[in-house]
Amino acid sequence: MSAASEADAIRTSSVAKPRPRWTRNISSKIAAVPMILTALVVFLGGTIWTVVYSFTNSKLLPKANFVGFDQYERLWSQSRWLVSIENLLFYGVMSLVFTVVMGFILAVLMDQKIRHEDTFRTIMLYPFALSFIVTGLVWQWILNPDFGIQGIVRDLGWTSFTFDPLNNPDTVLFGLLIAGLWQGTGFVMCLMLAGLRGIDEDIWKAARVDGIPTWKTYVMVIIPMMRPVFITTLVIVASGIIRLYDLVVAMTSGGPGGNASQVPAMYVYDYMFQAQNLGQGFAASTMMLLSVLIVLIPWAYLEFGGKKHG
Amino acid sequence: MADVGMTAMTGPRGAKPRKTLSGRNIMLYGTLLVVCVYYLLPLWVMVMTSLKGMPEVRIGNIFAPPVEVTFQPWVKAWAEACTGLNCDGLSRGFWNSVLITVPSVIVSIAIASVNGYALINWKFKGSDVFFTILIFGSFIPYQIMLYPIVILLREMGIYGTLWGLIIVHTIFGMPILTLLFRNYFSAIPEELFKAARVDGAGFWGIYFRIMLPMSLPIFVVALILQVTGIWNDFLFGVVFTKPDLYPMTVQLNNIVNSVQGVKEYNVNMAATVLTGLVPLIVYFVSGKLFVRGIAAGAVKG
Repeated sequence: MSAASEADAIRTSSVAKPRPRWTRNISSKIAAVPMILTALVVFLGGTIWTVVYSFTNSKLLPKANFVGFDQYERLWSQSRWLVSIENLLFYGVMSLVFTVVMGFILAVLMDQKIRHEDTFRTIMLYPFALSFIVTGLVWQWILNPDFGIQGIVRDLGWTSFTFDPLNNPDTVLFGLLIAGLWQGTGFVMCLMLAGLRGIDEDIWKAARVDGIPTWKTYVMVIIPMMRPVFITTLVIVASGIIRLYDLVVAMTSGGPGGNASQVPAMYVYDYMFQAQNLGQGFAASTMMLLSVLIVLIPWAYLEFGGKKHG
Repeated sequence: MADVGMTAMTGPRGAKPRKTLSGRNIMLYGTLLVVCVYYLLPLWVMVMTSLKGMPEVRIGNIFAPPVEVTFQPWVKAWAEACTGLNCDGLSRGFWNSVLITVPSVIVSIAIASVNGYALINWKFKGSDVFFTILIFGSFIPYQIMLYPIVILLREMGIYGTLWGLIIVHTIFGMPILTLLFRNYFSAIPEELFKAARVDGAGFWGIYFRIMLPMSLPIFVVALILQVTGIWNDFLFGVVFTKPDLYPMTVQLNNIVNSVQGVKEYNVNMAATVLTGLVPLIVYFVSGKLFVRGIAAGAVKG
């Protein structure tokens, strides 16, 4: 009896409990360690850490000395921060509208079965391969008041001509916009073109049979059908705009006149790494996070909430 | 008359030939050409300015080609331009960028491809949760994670070194690359994977003998994405390295936007062209794969 039960015990232990669960597929778990560390420690942990420390009065070094919303009160009373937010809103709306409208129009033009499509696309997309620093520096040169467009038109005899956006606080954002659009529209055009190509040819045939004019088909049928493409584009472009930093550094360093073209990312960098005022930097970056969530949460809701309902 | 009779008899065959000079086509190509001028203008100005001497830049038109071609600005930008106390030109930044980009690209692609493979074929409890956090993390502004990463790197003793920056690039490349590889691997038939399992191949065996050889195109796409992305990075370079190790973009900005000395626009433009050259070469060589890379990066799985 005892021998049998012993054998039984051995069998059950070797069958039911071969190895502890966590050692199964151990290689795959090791392979996922970098992802788990990135997701948990850096993305989640880092974000929470910064949000928590934005409620402290950390200066040179992070200190867990909590002061409530003091940093936020200070932040929202700084004219530099308020200008940054205003600039970002203005630049963001303009940039979103122009990239999407121009990108769509260009995509429609490209979709007319034109010749040399590859050449046109190559030309429109190459700026996207360049960095914002290179983009900013080239346009800074083209917009140079003495040698650039303004200088040339004046040399032609039109001496009162003024086109100097980067040195005028009222127009500096348009200067940034010209460069930003140059860099990013080609990319949006490609996304839109892929969307247009994804639309069933039968839709076009049906519209043609019904005698609907082409432009009307685009507005009434194609654009509503491309809603997912538009939403994805908007989310990508918007999350890029909130990070806007390099372009401003290269073109204006936040000027003219001190802070006419400041943006939030610049405020964060300056307070965190230059002004030794970590608390302000943390509070400002938390506000940046909030603004992204405002964009992201409705999108995630539409995207994933919508799927559940079919 | 006979001709007319002939055509009437045979009738038109094939599609009606389009008039090439219709009003519609003139509008269409005209608009596209104007757009192309806007896109090409900066490249033209950049290259032309970099080939002029300073006297010519001062009196001439920035759009005009150089009267006298000189490569002196290029030489100066590469070997003599000053940033702060260093006067060894952009070459320093170039080599720093090479030292940053090459390992970052290799490490990030290696880790992300294995990770994407694990996520598809070796799912474990919670793997999807981590993946979702990873994807959401890619939308969060980097600014909020900068300081915690500084602390982590400082604790590891690699803050301000090239390795620190390489780790940062690997971390922030992970979401998009993992997504890219995961989507690609998910299209490989599962039967192949199962057959290899039956034959006794393990995790790494399947990865190296089946997944890797079948996925070369997506590795090329990832390579393009990472080389241009890391080469063009500015923020991480500024935050995570010291002036001696600044990547090319940071050094370029410091050269051009330095307030001291006489502005040498031709040298500045030569430096700008030099910095843009690597991603431009990658772009023009890769052609359609570049488009595929950014499209894959943009459209979520």
